[in-house]
Amino acid sequence: MEEKYIKHKYEPIHPSKEEWPVVKLARERKEFVKKVADLSEDRILNLTGNNPDILKEELETTLYREKLRIKQNPWVVDPDDDSSFWSGVKSSLVQISTETVKSKVKKLQAYKVVLNQITARYAEEIASNFKTTHYKFTRSVVTYGFSRLLNAARVKGFKSIFSNQYTLQDKIQITGETDQLRDLATKGTVVMVPTHFSNLDSILIGWVISVLGLPPFIYGAGLNLFNISIFAYFMNSLGAYKVDRRKKNLMYLETLKTYSKEAIQFGCHSLFFPGGTRSRSGMIESKLKLGLLSTAIEAQRANFENGLNDISGKIFIVPVTINYHFVLEAPSLIRDHLSITGQERYYKENDEFSNSYKISKFLIKFFTKGSDISVSVGKAMDVLGNYVDVDGRSLDKHGRVIDTRDYFISDGKVSVDNQREEEYTNMLGKRIVEEFHKINRVFNSHLVAFVAFELIKKQNRKLDLFDLLRLPEEDIAIPYEEFKANCQLVLDKIKELKSQGLINTAPHLSLDLDEIISRGMENVGMYHAKRPIIRDKNGNIGTDDMSLLYFYHNRLTGYGLEKLY
Amino acid sequence: MDSKNSTEAKYIGVVGVGSFGAAIANILAAKNPVMVYARKQEVVDEINSSHSAQGKALAKNIIASNDPAQLCKSCDVLFFMIPSSGFQEVVKTFSPYLFPYHLIIHGTKGLCLNLKSGETLETVKKIKRSQILTMSEVILQETVAVRVGCLAGPNLSKELAQGQPAATVIASKYNEVILEGQSLLRSEKFQVYGNSDIIGVEISGVLKNIIAIASGALAGLGLGENAKGLLVSRGMVEMIHLGNALGGSIKSVMGLAGIGDLVTTCNSIHSRNFTVGYRLAKGETLDSILADMEEVAEGINTVRIIKAFLETADLRAPITENLYRVLFDDLEIEDALQFLMKYPFNVDVDFV
Repeated sequence: MEEKYIKHKYEPIHPSKEEWPVVKLARERKEFVKKVADLSEDRILNLTGNNPDILKEELETTLYREKLRIKQNPWVVDPDDDSSFWSGVKSSLVQISTETVKSKVKKLQAYKVVLNQITARYAEEIASNFKTTHYKFTRSVVTYGFSRLLNAARVKGFKSIFSNQYTLQDKIQITGETDQLRDLATKGTVVMVPTHFSNLDSILIGWVISVLGLPPFIYGAGLNLFNISIFAYFMNSLGAYKVDRRKKNLMYLETLKTYSKEAIQFGCHSLFFPGGTRSRSGMIESKLKLGLLSTAIEAQRANFENGLNDISGKIFIVPVTINYHFVLEAPSLIRDHLSITGQERYYKENDEFSNSYKISKFLIKFFTKGSDISVSVGKAMDVLGNYVDVDGRSLDKHGRVIDTRDYFISDGKVSVDNQREEEYTNMLGKRIVEEFHKINRVFNSHLVAFVAFELIKKQNRKLDLFDLLRLPEEDIAIPYEEFKANCQLVLDKIKELKSQGLINTAPHLSLDLDEIISRGMENVGMYHAKRPIIRDKNGNIGTDDMSLLYFYHNRLTGYGLEKLY
Repeated sequence: MDSKNSTEAKYIGVVGVGSFGAAIANILAAKNPVMVYARKQEVVDEINSSHSAQGKALAKNIIASNDPAQLCKSCDVLFFMIPSSGFQEVVKTFSPYLFPYHLIIHGTKGLCLNLKSGETLETVKKIKRSQILTMSEVILQETVAVRVGCLAGPNLSKELAQGQPAATVIASKYNEVILEGQSLLRSEKFQVYGNSDIIGVEISGVLKNIIAIASGALAGLGLGENAKGLLVSRGMVEMIHLGNALGGSIKSVMGLAGIGDLVTTCNSIHSRNFTVGYRLAKGETLDSILADMEEVAEGINTVRIIKAFLETADLRAPITENLYRVLFDDLEIEDALQFLMKYPFNVDVDFV
């Protein structure tokens, strides 16, 4: 029997929205932005050693890159005064350097003014525009709209539009340590780190957070998403701040990190996609972008420095995996991945989420066909990757209570050591990847894609990956019985791993194997024009698109399952 | 939870009072009070009453204890100076009393195995990198301490004890560990270098023991300096390739912990590993040599582990392989030498 997923109804942990950290932050937005700008300025001055020459060089580099960006890669969301602002910066810089009489101190002073203009502009640009009314509206639109769609699709008859038989929670299962998450969110500050496969993730996570009764989390969303009006509205109302990946200059990165750190210290629950961007290969992220993650560690240390040693100053890292049968952008993602890693011809990115029409079309498909999504919430950890108990205290591997503060102690005091924190960030990154693998839920579609690809690989042992992907699809045929036997083999191994707590599975994997296979084949990449797995007239297993099959197969790499072949 | 007491001066901890442990304790004692850990009560009493450990003189400000809890409580910085065979066990003993604020630096040049319970090197035969642990990896695995470093380099205990000039390298991912180690150890006669590639440094220190046994064997056969030059140079190449396969960088082998220690150990009759090779060449059996050695020669165990590792790595290491056959398969040393002389080492330098 298939286990039943129990729908919980979660009460909000802060009934009054006035208590939401994000609301408090929005109220103090102006002061907060100023604080971020000033602190960023300090950081940059520190990094340049208060040396006017180095600072000048950094300012000039930033100016040059920004000019280049405006010219070569303008976006709809860019403010209108972008060009004039940077021209202003240019003339101030020219002016300072031509005034030769000025002393070093005076020069530094003048450069500092320019620097502050820049950090202030960046801070303002990054800061979120959270509005409670928008949030409530968006929330109800998402929930209401989705449930209407869902009921129309599943319950027959005219009145179905008004039926409440199905809710979004039937579509999207939330499993794992939800109670711990809710509990810790009332006591300390939570930083949620989900896997990232699809642009839909941002909205999905936003919805999950609200279903769990948690106040909105702030999170860094790619500025490119704000180009699309639907997304821009959603993002703003969900408390997103903006991350512009085109800007890689020191001033911008430092301002961004400062914003994130200060917001966490403020008590805002945050969300990072630690992979940085959607997983191109379909694999679970194994190399994390550590930039923003480091701000969680910094914020924790700063809290200890400020004497916040109890749970109210504690920061909890909560890994989350999102599991799909289907990733809308899979074809372009995998092509990106292949063109980056190797030999395929260069492929111009074709983003399936490029306009609102396509998204709406996808949403309708999504709700009218059964494609389930599950979100698994992992165990909370401290910023060093130690699990925490019900009271939020950190535990070591042997279950002994330890104090996170001790990690930052040197000579009996909390000390600032950037190099140390860099190493801690690497450690935390590794721990998150480990947790991702543990809480990842295997779906039937992942299983069949994995087995099909591995068998095709086995049939063509001599080919390397890129030749394999170029195999003519009509030449591929795996006898069903062989396929089934291998599914059993891999499934057994997965169950063994599960018993060791190294992976998780969806309840539907306890069905009869033929059923698992047929449902898995139906589900895997179900809306793609070319299906990753098909069954031909003779009942053999084949594929319409090897690259897509590879993409879905990748979900199960990193567990050593390949060794079965 | 507040286990700190800043009003009271902290001791520097040294775990193990073998010859190297005692030498390091004395160097540390020049600047700070030191507390050493010894398992046996009579050794503790000897140190506390007559300032000597099994005949090795210790400074007056060194006290001893056999209570790991007391050591961990009194010290923020601990030096683990114990042979690799007992390392895991001692670290486990200390683990319940260690906290994340502790800095740990070890001086052990050996490897441990990370096998499932019931498995031994005899039963598994082949091992992968993940089944080998360097000493810092043991500390990270068994304890909650993260700021870990290692001490390696040409540091013969006898010379250190005599106060002769020497240098060492402290390797750690954490700058603060290196700086702390330097400030504790550095003196007019003891230079301390830093290196961030801890695995590379540990592996260098471990692998050089293999070459040291071979060097002892050459000396035992009565061969001259040409042969030794050949061995040191080829030995270094082998260390570089093995070190790379085990996750260290080439640079570290070129440093004090690699070539520096290699030259010292290959020339020293004080080195235990050298002595093992020397006596083997004089016709003694391994069992009889081991039976009358006071402290362990790490190289023997290392040869066995590296041999098992070579079974899974796509790599040849002719010196190690032949030394293994001499030690455990009754190959005559003369035959091993013959084999190595015929081995096709065509390229002089193939790693840069």
